[in-house]
Amino acid sequence: MLIRLENDHFHTVEDRFTAVDDDAALTGDGAVLLSLTRFEADGAALLAAGRDVGVRIGPADRIEALAPVLPSLALVALEFPKYRDGRAYSSAVLLRERYGFDGEVRAVGDVQIDQAWNMVRCGFDAFETTVGPNAWAAAARRYRHVYQASADNRAPAFVERARVVRDAVATVG
Amino acid sequence: MFHYDAIDTAMVADRNAEFRDQVQRRLSGDLTEDQFKPLRLMNGLYLQLHSYMLRVAIPYGALTSAKMRALAHVARRWDKGYGHFTTRQNVQFHWIRLSDTPDVLDYLATAELHAIQTSGNCIRNTTSDPFAGAAAEEVDDPRVWSEVIRQWSTFHPEFTYLPRKFKIAVTASPQDRTAARAHDIGLVLRRNRDGRLGFEVIVGGGMGRTPYIGSTIREHLPAEHLLSYLTAILRVYNRFGRRDNLYKARIKILVASLGAAEFASQVDAEWDAMDRPRLDLPDIELARIRASFGLVPFRTMPPRSERFEAARSDPAFARFARNNVVPHKIPGYGIVQVSLKGIGEVPGDCSADQMEVLADLAERHGHGEIRVTHEQNLVLPHVPLDEVPALHAGLAAAGLATPNINLVSDMIACPGLDYCALANARAIPVAQAISRTFADPARAERIGELKIKISGCINACGHHHVGHIGILGVDKKGEEFYQLTLGGSGAEDAAIGHVLGPALGADKVADAIDKLVEAYLAIRQPDERFLDTYRRTGVGPFKAAVYPDAHQA
Repeated sequence: MLIRLENDHFHTVEDRFTAVDDDAALTGDGAVLLSLTRFEADGAALLAAGRDVGVRIGPADRIEALAPVLPSLALVALEFPKYRDGRAYSSAVLLRERYGFDGEVRAVGDVQIDQAWNMVRCGFDAFETTVGPNAWAAAARRYRHVYQASADNRAPAFVERARVVRDAVATVG
Repeated sequence: MFHYDAIDTAMVADRNAEFRDQVQRRLSGDLTEDQFKPLRLMNGLYLQLHSYMLRVAIPYGALTSAKMRALAHVARRWDKGYGHFTTRQNVQFHWIRLSDTPDVLDYLATAELHAIQTSGNCIRNTTSDPFAGAAAEEVDDPRVWSEVIRQWSTFHPEFTYLPRKFKIAVTASPQDRTAARAHDIGLVLRRNRDGRLGFEVIVGGGMGRTPYIGSTIREHLPAEHLLSYLTAILRVYNRFGRRDNLYKARIKILVASLGAAEFASQVDAEWDAMDRPRLDLPDIELARIRASFGLVPFRTMPPRSERFEAARSDPAFARFARNNVVPHKIPGYGIVQVSLKGIGEVPGDCSADQMEVLADLAERHGHGEIRVTHEQNLVLPHVPLDEVPALHAGLAAAGLATPNINLVSDMIACPGLDYCALANARAIPVAQAISRTFADPARAERIGELKIKISGCINACGHHHVGHIGILGVDKKGEEFYQLTLGGSGAEDAAIGHVLGPALGADKVADAIDKLVEAYLAIRQPDERFLDTYRRTGVGPFKAAVYPDAHQA
């Protein structure tokens, strides 16, 4: 199942990307999801043909390598080989914050409900999981406040507190 | 004292609700033990040899009387009537039932206590100076910065699944009571020549099977950039720390393999590329946190207390005053250290009754504050000298007046094979045997400062690498043996100890320590601690004392 987060709403969608193995032939004219290696070989031609292209990145791949082509990508899929492997969180944050990538950032692999809030906060907006969208949304929104800035642009506690002080001062004034 | 606001309270409540749900899923079989393990660990719940153990965080080691009473209640209601204070300023309850843990956590939350991130591969409880706010020589209150780090690191979305656990220490005094150089990150607060507050940032210290003293990667990080700089360090580690081998996954291995200079330049590159103002704490929040720590209503008193001096006519009080009481920054006050190393007792253990006595005494004599040290003792940081005699009497009545701080029987020991599933050998009985060997307090005082640290396995929870004398339990074909190391230190003069010789049988350890001590007493020069003598003479005389045959051969 694929869950998308769009306009603050979690819902199930059909995956419009076809995953293409490195040694498989490219057919049709729909959106494709490629490994970094396959993308380096065929990406330019596919993009030139006007197709939507996504790249699947392993946890050891450096996200920096994608930087020059990010504006042309529709999707970056980040792998969680085991859910204990947290490298993809940093990759997602860099995609959103450093490179300003505004396409789809998808979590694939071992994607469990207990990671929902980590993923959403780090900028993922698509989740390949067996969990239903309502349960996923509840887990992602479990925490009413956050302590630190991340890629989701939620106001950290220190901003909320400053706001309370500012409002109080404004009221007194 | 710092207290939660509505946001902090909601954070803990939301976490407890999440964990209650996870425990329910485990009990109903929806989660396998394998799936549950990383979740329970991030809430401080371990599966030990005999039962579950719950590790409760004591942020930067600071307790109030109310919090201590809450710990006593947990010990009595859900455990066997005692708790165990650890080398990480946490407290452990060793006999907790899985099905009770959600209720225990809800109860702890009413006293602003929690077990968040006391285990797992995440950022753990920040270690800080137990004398914070009381030490004369500190340049700032390290609890302020520890609280800043507590908030930043709590449920950090990017750094919850690190390669391995991550421990940060903050100290603001020249005398390091946090073992900062043995942490993943040690932060030493200083003022530079312009009076600006900044951190020496030390990275990559640690114990375990490959011990390292950390390397300084920045001499003076402006204090206001702490959070962005920590984010940069953690991001480099999260991305490039090893994940293929549990024993090579700590940041110390990454720093050692890259070299400190290259690691520092990777951190700087990351830091330079960041949107720092978004990450760094605004002054208004820092001021809010600072204000909440600075409100102890100290009285104006003469520096010398006649009542305190008169009480010295009691030799027991005089000994306690010499070893357990140190000067306070405010005239007429003292910092009183409470040893949890009674002769023949389990280092760090404290009964529910004792916790309640301490809570009462702290309220009566010490502004309701209690601290936990990384050496498994407690501290009443703000006691008027006039009241130390009454406090001493109260402690003595509860078996808490052992006058041995920093002396030979003030040992660190991990729980060892008596409790821990990882251990190769017992640590507690060895500590007890040594303690009995040096039961004579006059002799212990003659020996002076001597830090013995005992670990029941190579994971080094007992910090044996940085003991003046370290003792490491090893398993040899099903038998417990103990390897001695000499010359380690976890303080500002941090060093890793050196192996003395072949491992000894369990029954030989206390005797060997006795021989080491006698060798030291025979050759020490005036004012030399055991560690100083060792550093001056090298291992020769000590090796000869324990292994005379090897020496002749």
